[in-house]
Amino acid sequence: MTSLNQRLWDHGSVRFGAAVLLLVLLLSLAAPWLGTVDPAAMDANVINQPAGKSGAFNLPDGTVVQHTFWLGTDNFGRDVYSRVMYGGRISLVVGICTSLLALSLGGLCGMLAGYFRRVDTVLMRFMDGLMAIPAVLLAIALVAVLGANVATVVVAIAIPEVPRVTRLVRSLVLSLREEAYVEAARALATPTAVILWRHILPNAMAPLLVQGTFVAASAVLTEAILSFLGLGLPPDVPTWGNIMAEGRVQFSMQPGNVLFPALFLVPTVLAINLLGDGLRDVLDPKFAKRVG
Amino acid sequence: MGSFLIRRLLAVLPVLLVVSLLVFFMLRLAPGDPAAVIAGNNATSEDIANIRAHMGLDKPIVAQYVLWLGQVLQGDLGYSYYLSKPVTALVAQRMEPTLALALGTVLMAVCIAVPLGSLAAWRMGGWLDRGLSAFSVAGFSVPVFVIAYLLIYVFAMQLQWLPVQGYKPISGAQSQGTWAWMRQLILPWLTLSTVYVALIARITRASVSEALQEDFIRTARAKGLSELAVLVRHALANAAVPIVTVIGIGVALLIGGVVVTETVYAIPGLGSLTVDAVLNRDFPVIQGLVLLFSLSYVLINLLVDTSYVWLDPRIRH
Repeated sequence: MTSLNQRLWDHGSVRFGAAVLLLVLLLSLAAPWLGTVDPAAMDANVINQPAGKSGAFNLPDGTVVQHTFWLGTDNFGRDVYSRVMYGGRISLVVGICTSLLALSLGGLCGMLAGYFRRVDTVLMRFMDGLMAIPAVLLAIALVAVLGANVATVVVAIAIPEVPRVTRLVRSLVLSLREEAYVEAARALATPTAVILWRHILPNAMAPLLVQGTFVAASAVLTEAILSFLGLGLPPDVPTWGNIMAEGRVQFSMQPGNVLFPALFLVPTVLAINLLGDGLRDVLDPKFAKRVG
Repeated sequence: MGSFLIRRLLAVLPVLLVVSLLVFFMLRLAPGDPAAVIAGNNATSEDIANIRAHMGLDKPIVAQYVLWLGQVLQGDLGYSYYLSKPVTALVAQRMEPTLALALGTVLMAVCIAVPLGSLAAWRMGGWLDRGLSAFSVAGFSVPVFVIAYLLIYVFAMQLQWLPVQGYKPISGAQSQGTWAWMRQLILPWLTLSTVYVALIARITRASVSEALQEDFIRTARAKGLSELAVLVRHALANAAVPIVTVIGIGVALLIGGVVVTETVYAIPGLGSLTVDAVLNRDFPVIQGLVLLFSLSYVLINLLVDTSYVWLDPRIRH
């Protein structure tokens, strides 16, 4: 029996997904040292420059730097390359936070529903109703109500994901609660909270991790969609969706402002999805059957 | 058979009740006083109080919900502050493009995905199968608007075969005929189909390949039926229930995609109405549209459940 780490490493899509994600993470963290300028800085003299052009760039503090606009500049004279590099930060933060929030809320609801029969009926009817509202539409409505900053965008994207996580955890709990070790714990008068935390949760961890990866992928996509529609984070925040939204106006002259950020967004989401597929194969081979 | 349908119908009612509660209370969290918005900038506090009383906003919240639900059940979705029109009138005005986009997409996606998925299952591990699974992963990772802009770039800007954006009605005074209508919609249909094809093809492949393992397939082949007849009449027919189910579930994805696609292609439908309503903080419109989209989603899936009765005779008994 090879170790878990070895089996994960041997899986091609785990390796590929993790490598791409690590690269995106490093690029966005190291953005300040990768030849970028302030992503919010606007210089009216260099509006809509084509990709690869060099020239003087006026920073907000008055200094002028010689700069190569590797991916051109946008409608406001901002450097697209710098914005794309910094934009990765928002996508990753939103992806990770949304996933954590959806897993915690869904995990809690699922454990309650799976363990307490009386909570189950009410809670699951509520979740059925929540699931009946199409996810992107619900996220849009929530952003409209809550306003848009990083925290509210995370909440708005996480809430539509909660019912699916709840269903998954509930079904896991329903089978785990019948296990002999849970019965033993109950016989020893272990408090229910301890049973849920110490005996049930660790055994539900693998499918939760897999589900969390897929939630993160769809969160990165949904954040980009919200920003693109102009409903997400304010337009001055450099996110991949916002850069593309600004590029729309100029698309016929400068398609790059829409297409370059996509060259980062698509591989990132693809990498998360592949990582999820790989984790599922290795950690939880029954998962596909259970959900499908 | 009757009891199956009645059970399904009864199961839908609590879902719709929860949706109505969620939509009502969610939009109640919205900042701002609707009465003050309607009254305008020059209103006195008495005007605002009058409007509030007139709209029932001074009643307890539960009473307001009951009042609102009563209006919704009578087909009154409220009044847009921003566009000064009843929400139902706005919806009726914007319905045609969205229906054309959505129905065309479903039709196109099913016509592409079901044959491809079946062929992939028939020759599992072949080049078509491998290509299709790569396409499925990619289809879920590329956002709708990126697909839209790639298609616009290639087919509208470089090749100039199709228009970049806009919509021409299929009938009525402004209509320029069916071909003009179709030309405008080909790229939006293709855009929105991509993710749907990925979804349907994946399930078709899985369920057809499962059906192909059954004994009756061996029997059908042994009787000398052609491979096409085996695949369509025997394997696909027995794989129909999961395929139809995923088409129903996919409608949720489709609705999200409609919002984005209409925005990119400047199609004046319900999706772009939604985006405009959010940008203008026009809460009655948002409320009405979320309710309407969710209702359609639930009803389409009820229809899907109903179709099981004739897709799978076992359910009838």
